[in-house]
Amino acid sequence: MARKDPGPQVDRRKFLSGVAAAGAATAAAAMSTPVARAAEPAPAPRVPSALRPTLQVAAAETETPRETTNRIGGRPGSDFMVDVIKTLGIKYLPANCASSYRGIHESLINYGGNKMPEFLTCMHEESAVGMAHGYFKIAGKPLMTLCHGTVGLQHATMAIYNAWCDRVPVIVVGGNDMDAATRPPGVPTFHAAQDINALVRDFTKWDDTPVSLAHFAQSFVRAYKIAMTPPCGPVMISLDAGLQQEVIRNHGDKLAIPRYVPTAPPQGDSGAVKEAARLLAEAQNPVIVADRAARTPNGIKLLVQLAETLQARVIDQGSRVNFPKTHYLSAPPTAVSGADVILGLELSDFWATVNSYTDNGENGGIGANGTRIKPGTKLISISSVELNTKSNYQDFQRFQVIDVPMAGDAEATLPALIEAVKAAIPGSKKAAIEQRGQAAKKAHAEAEARAKQAAALAWDASPISTARLCAETYAAVKDLDWSIVSQSGNVSDWLNRLWPLSEHHHWIGRSGGYGVGYGAPASVGAALANRDAGRFSVNIQADGDLMYAPGVLWTAAKHKIPQLAVMHNNRGYHQEVMHVQRLSNFRNRPANYGADMGPVGTRIENPDIEYHKLAESMGWWARGPIKDPAQLGSALKEAVKIVQAGQPALLNVWTQPR
Amino acid sequence: MKRTLLLVAVLSASQAALAAGSADKGKTAFAKHGCWQCHGFAGQGGVAGPKLAPDPMPLEAMSAFVRNTRGGMPPYQKAILSDADLADIHAYLQSLPKARDYKSIPLLNP
Repeated sequence: MARKDPGPQVDRRKFLSGVAAAGAATAAAAMSTPVARAAEPAPAPRVPSALRPTLQVAAAETETPRETTNRIGGRPGSDFMVDVIKTLGIKYLPANCASSYRGIHESLINYGGNKMPEFLTCMHEESAVGMAHGYFKIAGKPLMTLCHGTVGLQHATMAIYNAWCDRVPVIVVGGNDMDAATRPPGVPTFHAAQDINALVRDFTKWDDTPVSLAHFAQSFVRAYKIAMTPPCGPVMISLDAGLQQEVIRNHGDKLAIPRYVPTAPPQGDSGAVKEAARLLAEAQNPVIVADRAARTPNGIKLLVQLAETLQARVIDQGSRVNFPKTHYLSAPPTAVSGADVILGLELSDFWATVNSYTDNGENGGIGANGTRIKPGTKLISISSVELNTKSNYQDFQRFQVIDVPMAGDAEATLPALIEAVKAAIPGSKKAAIEQRGQAAKKAHAEAEARAKQAAALAWDASPISTARLCAETYAAVKDLDWSIVSQSGNVSDWLNRLWPLSEHHHWIGRSGGYGVGYGAPASVGAALANRDAGRFSVNIQADGDLMYAPGVLWTAAKHKIPQLAVMHNNRGYHQEVMHVQRLSNFRNRPANYGADMGPVGTRIENPDIEYHKLAESMGWWARGPIKDPAQLGSALKEAVKIVQAGQPALLNVWTQPR
Repeated sequence: MKRTLLLVAVLSASQAALAAGSADKGKTAFAKHGCWQCHGFAGQGGVAGPKLAPDPMPLEAMSAFVRNTRGGMPPYQKAILSDADLADIHAYLQSLPKARDYKSIPLLNP
């Protein structure tokens, strides 16, 4: 990058070539100075001069002394960057170290004292972003990460995409040595690019490339603000290596740090809110569907209030805990079939909420579509994502016609909607609404009994059923302030069906983009937030997911982040096991299993991975493999004690496929 | 109507071809043909497939469904699953014990 300010120059090539000698000289000087001073004679009293002082002497006597004690001739720009970061209260910085951000790395740990943020050593950039993702879903506060702007960012991209799809803010800062005329040749040049942000521009909310320290201050505060304004999302800053290392000059008020003031989230249009309230109040059977509606614990309270006002059943699609599973109005996805009005709150896929898709090879192989709702059902949507849709990645899903669409944040809109619904309910409807509630209570109790009876199937089977896995784990932690820091889908939703999920922190929800490899790092990030809140973290850990970047286990042990990880070790990439089997059947060909239990290329066996040994090698307490369900309870009790003492613990459990 | 006729025809053909199977062989065939992938090793079912056991549907109905399904489950034609293997699988599913009443399992009544 061309520097406009000609101030004191540091030739980076000379700087680099002289590092070794300078380091040695500095160390020698530091050690020898006190000794030399002790040997010097006392200076003679100074005689006042009759001459006018030179400009240099006058400056030395009247101005702030220049820092000449370091080789670069002043404070590095990265110190100011740390000042900026500290104004935002970012607690942790999970990252894998990289030379393109060495300037700010040094400032963070030395000038910044490695506090706010504290550097957490990660072994993969994907793990670092995944940790930030999981942390936000418990703490509600974003973390930042640093990476090489090229190779490191390439590692981080899948995790950034998950955060994008899951509407989670992460501040990604990529180091980049932009000045082609001065950057070192070889590796640093391989690790530089004209526009590193281009790699993630399609799935970040905003990005910038600050070219001065004053610009950095504005960029960073703006990035934080944009990331945190619903719909939340990851942001990217390209951080020039030269800017990190150049000396802070007297910029006057240009180096001011902007004050962060949160932007109020967008609300649905008041007219549309009234129309939605009218439809809901007059409906025979309104149903609410929520996916990312509850951004905060208050979102759950608001949704309960709306549901109880209408006695409307609520389908929680589960990207957050939106609604208590224990509430009698909690309903399964099939509840849409009887609705005459459906309110969708921050749905990532409204089409699939009201339509079915069957992957049966029909219609030339593309499968069959059908409706899941009655003709004439009115659809209402409140979603902030409409305010921030991009073109390339198809996370906006299939097009669904909505009768009352609102571009706004659901949680922010709920208070107005609740009041409007209360005002719109006619007195003549109150008895019918009450009856709806009674029917919902009956349906909820029956569904709970059905789920428990289904869980009893294969109760004593080996490998262990996923229902028993979840029931045994709940029994081991039920008296603690627990938090599930993993996804639920791979264990037939038993966590959702058997555990009394009711608080915001009870479950972190899904990954967003379904990028495998999210689970382990997100669990460690969420467990970090839970550790600070004094909670107990439980992770049902999928086997394939862990092996993308198992080094995050070491990060957890290194930074004393406890969690109970119970492996769902079904020894395969099971979704793909089923996909390839399905296609083989459609084509009427026996699936080639090779020497394994499933189609070639989908199984994780022969040899089996000993996850307990893997975890143990990285500082975890671990046991396994556990195949007999009768042995699971005692192992869990032992593991819980270890986690309560502050150490992460892992049980390698062989499980049924789903 | 056409589907009903097809099902009747298939059932009639199957009844002649299907004989009682072996539960032991059926356990092996259940694994070999990948039935466990969606239904679990004990046919208990899950999000990917419904429960098959205990109390499986009659063999003839199961055969008709397996051969002709147009729903979420992919069909198993004779080229990849023989009538004999199918009968053995049915025998295996029939042999599986009934589930305990969930009320008798303390962990399901916390």
